[in-house]
Amino acid sequence: MTDTTDTIVVETAEKIFADLADPQTINADKTGQWIAPLWRALSESGLPLSWVPEDCDGSGASLAEGFAVLNAAGRAGLAAPLAETMLAGWLLAQAKIASPEGAMTIAPSHPKDRVTLAADGTLIGRARGVPFAQGADHIAVLAHSKDVVVIALVEAAACRIEHGLGLGGDPSDAVTFDGATPLTFAVAPQGFDQTTLLLMGSVARSLQIAGALETLLDISVAYANQRVAFEKQISKFQAVQHNLARLAGETSAALAAATSAADAISNAAAFDDAVFLEAAAAKIRCAEAAEKGAAIAHQVHGAIGFTSEHILHRYSLRALAWRDDFGNESHWAVELGRMVAKRGADDLWPLVASR
Amino acid sequence: MTAALRFDPIRLPPVCEELRKEVRAFLADEIAAGTFDPHKPQREDSDAPEFSRRVGARGWLGMTWPKQYGGHERSFLERYVVTEEMRVANAPTRRFFVADRQSGPVLLKYAPEHIKMDILPRICRGELCFAIGMSEPNSGSDLFAAKTKATKTDGGYLINGAKIWTTSAHIADYMIAIFRTSPPTKENRRHGLTQFLVNMKTPGIKVNPIAQITGQHEFNEVVFTDAFVPDDHLLGEIDGAWKQATSELAYERSGPERFLETYYVLTELVRALGPEPDTRGAEGIGRLVAQLHTMRRMSVSVAGMLQAGKEPVVEASIVKDIGTLWEQQLPHRVRELSAFVDAENSNHATLGELTAFATKLAPKLTIQGGTTEVLRGIIARGLGLR
Repeated sequence: MTDTTDTIVVETAEKIFADLADPQTINADKTGQWIAPLWRALSESGLPLSWVPEDCDGSGASLAEGFAVLNAAGRAGLAAPLAETMLAGWLLAQAKIASPEGAMTIAPSHPKDRVTLAADGTLIGRARGVPFAQGADHIAVLAHSKDVVVIALVEAAACRIEHGLGLGGDPSDAVTFDGATPLTFAVAPQGFDQTTLLLMGSVARSLQIAGALETLLDISVAYANQRVAFEKQISKFQAVQHNLARLAGETSAALAAATSAADAISNAAAFDDAVFLEAAAAKIRCAEAAEKGAAIAHQVHGAIGFTSEHILHRYSLRALAWRDDFGNESHWAVELGRMVAKRGADDLWPLVASR
Repeated sequence: MTAALRFDPIRLPPVCEELRKEVRAFLADEIAAGTFDPHKPQREDSDAPEFSRRVGARGWLGMTWPKQYGGHERSFLERYVVTEEMRVANAPTRRFFVADRQSGPVLLKYAPEHIKMDILPRICRGELCFAIGMSEPNSGSDLFAAKTKATKTDGGYLINGAKIWTTSAHIADYMIAIFRTSPPTKENRRHGLTQFLVNMKTPGIKVNPIAQITGQHEFNEVVFTDAFVPDDHLLGEIDGAWKQATSELAYERSGPERFLETYYVLTELVRALGPEPDTRGAEGIGRLVAQLHTMRRMSVSVAGMLQAGKEPVVEASIVKDIGTLWEQQLPHRVRELSAFVDAENSNHATLGELTAFATKLAPKLTIQGGTTEVLRGIIARGLGLR
């Protein structure tokens, strides 16, 4: 993810985050006044519809560019539905459905939830833990209809949305579809199913987690170099150095797993076993890194990092919260383990080595 | 960012996949011919001189070195594939591995031309085994506390002292070692050590075996009593070995051998749990495979950096830190999960035997070639903490 177009798109995103999503400002602003100008700038840049082709009213960026933007959003601890709108646009585009303006989210976003499209054309079912549903104008839905999978676009106002608050401080809502009639729907391409959507969402979250860890590492290193205790900078204590070295290792592992999975999906013809390995492994490893990394970052910061006033939680809690969307590490570990077991012991190395 | 770490998603080019097929076919033939049993990593007879020569004949030693020294001018990524396939097959690589990974590159950089012309082609043919003389009875991780002395004499140096934990010294033809040529200075305690090439057949060298808790014999104590090393066997700068050590670390610390050392227990676990494991078994396998895949992607990424001419010392240290801890913990994770294996299963005994062996081997993995603590010190320096 180093070619020049990637860099330009990412630079655009980073500039908006720097100008309008400064963590100190947002953290101090209890009124939420920062949201509207940030979302306006993002919309004008076309970033939320990065993954929507131009003929579906999007900005037609590559998958790789979009993934790099999500990594940057993670670094910024972005508290806006950018990833959700990008994923919704991507989902709709699979069925050649054009994306409307405004914020979107996707449902279902957890493996246990299932939405169906009834014979009368209405949606039935409930999706829990849907990120940013309460602020969304539309929801992109993957639904089952008899033997086929359909992708539908529904107005958020047509659904019952119970507000919830996720671990990271962002909306995480329950969406009940009973009776909602989608604006439009179409059959998903052959082979596209809920697992495909969850894998794509998992890679998006993996890049966000890796980004949050990058910032956790940065601010923890900076803090350790600045904070004096026992008459020296705490960065001079070997115990602190070794903790930060572990944080660097976990951050590296998360980045490597996430960027590898993003690269795999960006260059894949289909969601085959190899892409499954990459995407599932990324989510598993990034979730593990989030747990270890957030703990170290907090340990280094001491009590100040536990205050709501400090920005640390904007990254640590989001990294932890993002573990749970689109299947957590336990879910994907079971699925990956089953796939490996089914292929057999002697086929494990060839699979790993094929990447 | 204060601490930019990049592990770009390097993919192995098609030439590597062709090579992989060749290596697998070669290893299958060797296994069929009875050269080694891939299911017995714990075997005693891991010194296989004929196998070493056949690997050399295939062009898989000195792969990245210049042709004028018998090398093949291939990429680090190609060498990577050969290394990982040999490791996963538990091939008997002991005789050539150190020479190919570490000693050859040191000679390429620091040895005089006639030494290079003499020795490097023989490494490439799989004829030579190398040992590394670093640790001493009272200096391990603290490398620069080494005391074994090289005293100037007519036409060379006389070596007196002892090296310890020297892997393969009992079968090695040569050793690359650091010896003290001057005392350390007040300003630089690392000053005063010099790197030498030592012919192990030199009179005055005695190799004493050291038994290990695995029951294997790799380690040795090497005692030097007025052992003569000629002037042209001095490598690099007198008193300046410390300057020469660091850049090699990226080669030494990031390879597939830094996380695949106990891989066989994972294969046997998957075999024992069968095609339809219960939830706990499936989750256990899934996590281990996710971690393995991630480390391999990191390790391949470092190989890509080496190929691009970079010196990713911090990244390589991260790979070794995470990789060796993983391979060390692997037999313990496998032990937990094998509680759910049917005892009548065909490979149950093999799994138990291999897990026990890997458990005994595990402690050394985070010690050899730079301890966890040393690696974290290097990473911390890279982060700007020291």
